[in-house]
Amino acid sequence: MSKTIKKANKKTTRKTIISFRNIHKSYQTGPITYEALKGVSFDIVQGEFVAITGPSGSGKSTMMNIIGALDLATSGEYYLRERLIDAYDDDELSEIRNRDIGFIFQSFNLLARTSVLKNVERPMMYGKVPKAAREAKALECLDLVGLKDKANNMSNHISGGQIQRVAIARSLVMNPAILLADEPTGNLDTKTAHEIMGFFKELNKQGHTIILITHEDDIAAFASRVIKVKDGLIESDK
Amino acid sequence: MEFIELFILAINALRTNVVRTVLTMLGVIIGIASVIIIMSLGSGATQSIVGEISSFGANILTVQAGRNVRGPGGGGGSTVDTLVEDDVKALALLPNITSVAGLVSTNKQITYDGTAVQSSISGVEETYAQIHELSLSQGSFISESQVATRSKVVVLGDQLVEDIFGVDAQVVGESVRIDGKSFRIIGVITDSSSALAPLSTVQKVILSQNYFNSIEVLVDDSELVTSAETAVSDTLLLRHEINNVNDADFSIRSAQEMIDSISSVTGTLSAMLAGIAAISLLVGGIGIMNIMLVTVTERTREIGLLKAIGAKQRDILWQFLIEAVVVTLMGGLIGLSLGVLVTFVATKFLSIPFVVSLSSILLAIGVSTGVGIVFGYYPAKKAAALQPIDALRYE
Ligand SMILES: Nc1ncnc2c1ncn2[C@@H]1O[C@H](COP(=O)(O)OP(=O)(O)OP(=O)(O)O)[C@@H](O)[C@H]1O
Ligand SMILES: [Mg+2]
Repeated sequence: MSKTIKKANKKTTRKTIISFRNIHKSYQTGPITYEALKGVSFDIVQGEFVAITGPSGSGKSTMMNIIGALDLATSGEYYLRERLIDAYDDDELSEIRNRDIGFIFQSFNLLARTSVLKNVERPMMYGKVPKAAREAKALECLDLVGLKDKANNMSNHISGGQIQRVAIARSLVMNPAILLADEPTGNLDTKTAHEIMGFFKELNKQGHTIILITHEDDIAAFASRVIKVKDGLIESDK
Repeated sequence: MEFIELFILAINALRTNVVRTVLTMLGVIIGIASVIIIMSLGSGATQSIVGEISSFGANILTVQAGRNVRGPGGGGGSTVDTLVEDDVKALALLPNITSVAGLVSTNKQITYDGTAVQSSISGVEETYAQIHELSLSQGSFISESQVATRSKVVVLGDQLVEDIFGVDAQVVGESVRIDGKSFRIIGVITDSSSALAPLSTVQKVILSQNYFNSIEVLVDDSELVTSAETAVSDTLLLRHEINNVNDADFSIRSAQEMIDSISSVTGTLSAMLAGIAAISLLVGGIGIMNIMLVTVTERTREIGLLKAIGAKQRDILWQFLIEAVVVTLMGGLIGLSLGVLVTFVATKFLSIPFVVSLSSILLAIGVSTGVGIVFGYYPAKKAAALQPIDALRYE
């Protein structure tokens, strides 16, 4: 089964979940305006596994931050679940980040001086999940990434690979449709990185839409679709 | 998020930097402790003074000779000669009056065997002992017949006895010289440093005068003191042919009036000290605001992360606000304990009653919470308003 056929199939059977229409993003640093995205358009449908690659400074993180409702585009339209992002107010954007999107960053993923379990439980605190249900759900997600036994460790007493796995567990507790990962394996050795990618692959099979940024081709190879960015524009999308 | 969860988060955050937390609290601790000490010592002192005045007789009216002389000792040794025996007789006829007695007082040297002590001497009648609830440690009090016969007898205060004769001296039957005349000691009263002699003796033998320095009116019931005061005043004005109260050649003081004026003095004093305490709380609050601003800056990345996982503005606001309130409230409780402790020790030394009112405790808790809210709001608002991406990218 080739990737193109699979993609086509999905497009006919599944809904578009993310849609970029001519997205521009400029940063203002003093008098200088820098255009990090110069008109980007693409659609991502539910259940896709997309890798975003490109050289440093090409605008990958900028794109990811807009997708994750952490930042707003300067111009263009971004539809999330077929609704224009501008239509959501601040609280609703928080709710989207809480329920619909799970974030895994490259570093500074966990709250310091807080146990692994409390870190994983935190999104449920904001998501109004009943207190009694939280611990079980957190442990279940930690079990998925094989870290149930580290639940009571402090976040600074686990390894880099374990931190990323905890971040994955945390991103899953609210059962979001989309997982966003900005270079989640950037700080890890190849073996650990592939282990982490195994989890993403598995989660994608379970139906999560996954968008991840990476520099490395072997990591991008886990995805079913690769969007290459260069100088704020899409160079290729396949 | 539930309040209790925010509370636990705050405690955890504060635990990670105990030294800073305690230093931050210091202003509030000192402020609250001073408020508690001032309020408690103030009310303790007032209570003890009021108690003393009340034991003096809540149903006694003192008519002092002279124009509206206020303040303690205002009429002592007065040379105003307007209060006379006929006034006493007229007042005794008023309703609801138990007894009326003239009083003279002066300052004289009391000598014994080469020892000389300056003391106040009052000329009193037999009823004086009951009116003022005096208790005798030796001998007996002045009798009616001693007043009638101008006996040269004297009752001394125990402190006076100590000064003249030394501790625990048995002095009844001994003689002292007052104004060059020999007086026989017939009794000793406790908790006093003055001397009492028969009214007629002091009036005629020592002072050679016909008038009184003051008249004491014992009213039947303390409830009737106010109406009795009016009656006494009216009677004396009429007898002295004075039309305007403001021109009165006497002034009337009651225990209640003294209590009121003392309460107002201690009230003013407390208010002034409370103002100083308030400044200390203000300084403490500014300290809290400063530290909270530093904390928010330090934890900018954390705030970004929390926003990324779904924290709303109000979640962040509450988290930091509760953190500030926990600091001030803990400071308040420590200050309260410290204040109570200091008050307890101080009252032991000053021998005034130890009173910590519920209102001062509630005030301490309320004020410290208020300081936390007022000074924690701005930093918390600042934290809440951070844009997620700016917070996440903060170095
Ligand atoms: N807050 C900002 N202010 C000014 N310029 C910015 C800001 N954020 C990013 N940029 C610029 O925008 C461009 C794109 O940045 P972005 O972080 O999206 O790159 P990237 O593709 O993620 O790079 P990397 O692979 O190094 O993470 C860069 O040139 C960067 O300098
Ligand atoms: Mg990047």
